[in-house]
Amino acid sequence: MRWINRRPGRPLLFVLAALPFVLTLLAYVIGSDIRRTANPNDKLLPALEKVIDRAQALATEPDRRSGEILLWMDTAASLQRLAIGVACAAAVGVFFGLLIGLFPLARSTLASYVAVLSLIPPLALLPVLFLVFGLGETAKIVLIVVGITPFLIRDLGQRVLEIPLEQLVKAQTLGASSWQIVTRVALPQLAPRLIQAVRLSLGPAWLFLIASEAIAAQAGLGYRIFLVRRYLAMDIIIPYVLWITVLAFLIDWSLRLTSRRAFRWAHVQGESL
Amino acid sequence: MSAVTVRDVFKSYGDAPVLERVNLEVADGDFCAIVGASGCGKSTFLRMLLAQELPTRGRIHIGDARPAREPGPDRGVVFQRYSVFPHLSVRDNLILPVSFRDAPILGRLFGSALRKAEAEANATLERVGLAHVADAWPSQLSGGMQQRLAIAQALVRRPSVLLLDEPFGALDPGTRLSMHDFLLDLWRDSGMTVFMVSHDLSEAFKLGTRVVVFDKPRWDPQDPSRYGATITHDFRLGDKKGETTNDPTHESDRETAAAAIRGADAARPGGNPAAPPS
Repeated sequence: MRWINRRPGRPLLFVLAALPFVLTLLAYVIGSDIRRTANPNDKLLPALEKVIDRAQALATEPDRRSGEILLWMDTAASLQRLAIGVACAAAVGVFFGLLIGLFPLARSTLASYVAVLSLIPPLALLPVLFLVFGLGETAKIVLIVVGITPFLIRDLGQRVLEIPLEQLVKAQTLGASSWQIVTRVALPQLAPRLIQAVRLSLGPAWLFLIASEAIAAQAGLGYRIFLVRRYLAMDIIIPYVLWITVLAFLIDWSLRLTSRRAFRWAHVQGESL
Repeated sequence: MSAVTVRDVFKSYGDAPVLERVNLEVADGDFCAIVGASGCGKSTFLRMLLAQELPTRGRIHIGDARPAREPGPDRGVVFQRYSVFPHLSVRDNLILPVSFRDAPILGRLFGSALRKAEAEANATLERVGLAHVADAWPSQLSGGMQQRLAIAQALVRRPSVLLLDEPFGALDPGTRLSMHDFLLDLWRDSGMTVFMVSHDLSEAFKLGTRVVVFDKPRWDPQDPSRYGATITHDFRLGDKKGETTNDPTHESDRETAAAAIRGADAARPGGNPAAPPS
């Protein structure tokens, strides 16, 4: 039998899916063991038990100085920035996406302008944002907005353009005004695509969030990682990185679920990632 | 009074003429089938009737109104695909045109207005045989059911002219036959004027009270896009409101039309690359 035709059975499926995770863990344990045999105080690859203990302490014990539980404080600070930033970017993206996708006059005015804006590396603007907005929350949120909005506008504008011309003509023959076409034809069909676009832009959003937290913050997941880096505290960095991964996964999963629940018409045919 | 008047219409895309000197008068309540070889501009002609595109020269009137500059509720349309809204249920697809009319700001109906529109939609669905799928999404329907919904939707605002662009082109033969009966019933009940582009001659002659053939009267083998097409044959098949079967006396007309289209296809194997796809 050819290899392209071999498919795993159900038990093998789980084994294969788990295999890379188990191997990664194993590689860590072995590497950590080798390093600690050479130097019992090694900080780069601490023992697994130590990492787990530390993660538990971070999630349950209040910080001696501030009296707050660090992990939850950092998580709340980061998620709040992420949520506000992504929500603002989505709103701006939908507005300009509809404008560019539906109205030729707006398209002629804005399309190439947005294309040029999207070429500016957002991180290069970070110093400017800190100078303009100060070191508070605003600059971090604006960086997320600046970073993902051009992508959202271009992607959503493209999605609106992909609505078949037949539908727009039909709506006109049914008596729809431009405004009614926006609100009853284009916007509802854009909604599931907005969720898709937001899912795609969450990766860059996390990147911008952590970058801005690394430079100036009082709390936040990225702030903590860059703070304890000075003490080589891998037993804190590793749980934090894993926690960020879990959060990113949960957000992506819940967005996907929302799309399937709220826009069932968009998921009638075919599977999507 | 003629329902639709087409006077000296020319249409060109850039330097390439697609249609030239098109003149047509269609009476109120006619069923006008439009046939022709592919690339002869029959779909372009329909888009101009729809006012989705404007003629380069000439005028198209519906009734006594001034030539339209954009599509409006006086003309209904059904395309081969994408004619219904995928994000609305079958019933909501029929309520939408009422919402467009009665709710200019919100685009949605509430309360008694909504219940009235729902009742009307349910009655329409009953009539077109879609009552059992009223809450489904269009993508869950078969091709024939989707087109029945599209036609029912196009008629909600009671347009004076219904334009059909190869509406049954994607359907299997059996479904197509039942759609013919469905369309003829609706046409007889409503008394509106229908234009239907078709590439199926037997369909055109079966349904139409009038069949017009688009073809290029002049042809330059060295420069196929030099001349545009126009109406070369115009068959009046009389009043068909009572009958459903083919009238054998029109057999010779049909052969003439078939010969014209075959001739166009055979003489010009390359077709017309300059014309947009029909």
